[in-house]
Amino acid sequence: MWEVIAFWVLAVLAVASGIAVFRVDSMARATFLLLASFLFVAGEMLVLELHYLGALTVLMMTAEMAIMAVFMIMFMMNPAGLEPMEMVHNKRGALVISVAVFVALTAAALVVPWPERAAPHPSDATHQLGEAIMRDKMLVMMVVGVGLFATMVAATLLATARGRYGEHAAPSRPEPSPHAHAHHHHAGGDR
Amino acid sequence: MAEPAPMWTVLVLPIVLGGLALFAASLNGVLTAVASGRRATLAEWAEPLRASARLLVRQRRTTFRADVVLRRVGIAGIVVAALLASVPTPLGGVAVADLPVGVVWFNAMEILLWALVWLTGWGGNSAFSLVGGYRFLAQALAYELPLMFALTAPPLAADSLRVGAIVQAQQDVWFALWMPLAFLVYLIGIVGVAFWGPLSPPAAADVAGGVTAELSGADRLVFLAGRYLMLAAGAAFAVPLFLGGGQGPLLPAWLWSLLKMAAVLAVLVWLRRFSLVRAERLMSWGWLVLLPVVLLQVLVVGVVVLLRG
Repeated sequence: MWEVIAFWVLAVLAVASGIAVFRVDSMARATFLLLASFLFVAGEMLVLELHYLGALTVLMMTAEMAIMAVFMIMFMMNPAGLEPMEMVHNKRGALVISVAVFVALTAAALVVPWPERAAPHPSDATHQLGEAIMRDKMLVMMVVGVGLFATMVAATLLATARGRYGEHAAPSRPEPSPHAHAHHHHAGGDR
Repeated sequence: MAEPAPMWTVLVLPIVLGGLALFAASLNGVLTAVASGRRATLAEWAEPLRASARLLVRQRRTTFRADVVLRRVGIAGIVVAALLASVPTPLGGVAVADLPVGVVWFNAMEILLWALVWLTGWGGNSAFSLVGGYRFLAQALAYELPLMFALTAPPLAADSLRVGAIVQAQQDVWFALWMPLAFLVYLIGIVGVAFWGPLSPPAAADVAGGVTAELSGADRLVFLAGRYLMLAAGAAFAVPLFLGGGQGPLLPAWLWSLLKMAAVLAVLVWLRRFSLVRAERLMSWGWLVLLPVVLLQVLVVGVVVLLRG
């Protein structure tokens, strides 16, 4: 019984905070209302005993929205909502599109003939989830995952010029000046 | 391990975690006193309580056009996140809820501070507190990935994300002994999560207290309490993860848990003696040293698990 109540409360809250994203005039509020919406969805997953997916949604979305807030605020003229601002452009078109998408998705969710659960609830849903996604390719996926991650780290490393004060910072080579013989700077590092 | 926890554990959790947080605050005060040449008297140990009372009676200062809602969410949220993070942490053999994905749950709750600390910094509509909020995010980018990989090592060895199973798997050898690097990186990550000691630039004096700059009265009390609670939650979670949970001779399991938690917490508090690490240097260390080290550690654990069969 309480699962049904929790499901509906969370569902309403998720949609409501999703709508509120477009009703506020502060970038920070919009960003974190969107995060709130995601967290309510994560709550839905926990109610449905999809523990792993629920926790993962909290984890991914929080980190993502926190970083996104930085960029959204960086590129917005009125991030704090101290001046009047509209979150919506092309109001009518946007409304039509979003309502159409919402109706289509809801209809799909309601119309699709979902299979009845045949087996009892698995003791370890996380394990089953991993099996379902990767099957016997688990090892390959893991190795590829770590490989991709290492590549990303290495690529970032190679592409990054060190900060101004970093301990291992390579001092920028002074421009070869016509009076090179006059001064000879030795700046800290040896690279 | 799957028996449902009794309801009273819900009441015990805030008391135990609050006690640990108070211990951390007191120890911090005593270390400050000793460093400045005073004796560690009982009065010094009780200083956090007096400071709390002072903050409670002081009026709250508000800033011009502050975003009060976001700020309050940030301040109060940290306390909530710390309590929720400790839900799967067992005291002895009993946790509030031994979730099937306890380790991921802790990670998810701890990462809520990305949003909450930033919101506290943003909400004040003040440059210094905003700088503090941004500093926290910059730091988080450096420590979070190593912390996540450090968190994967014990579940890998125990073949379960359930904290109870991880404790069971340490009956012969504590994980801290054969995966010390993961333990070390975990502790560094927790110091970052609670922006404590060397990783406290988000609340450092050079930006007038950063995220705490505009906090006064009850706001300040709740925020600082949340920070100590988070530090305590991290220290407490290290015990089932790396230090064998409640295992130990003679004493009852819950007492062993508590003693180990206090010991880890004391080490973390003591780290305040080290000087601040700048965000960009932390980034270099995090990604060039901690991350490769912890990946190698996970590789070693994986190989051991495979060989053991």
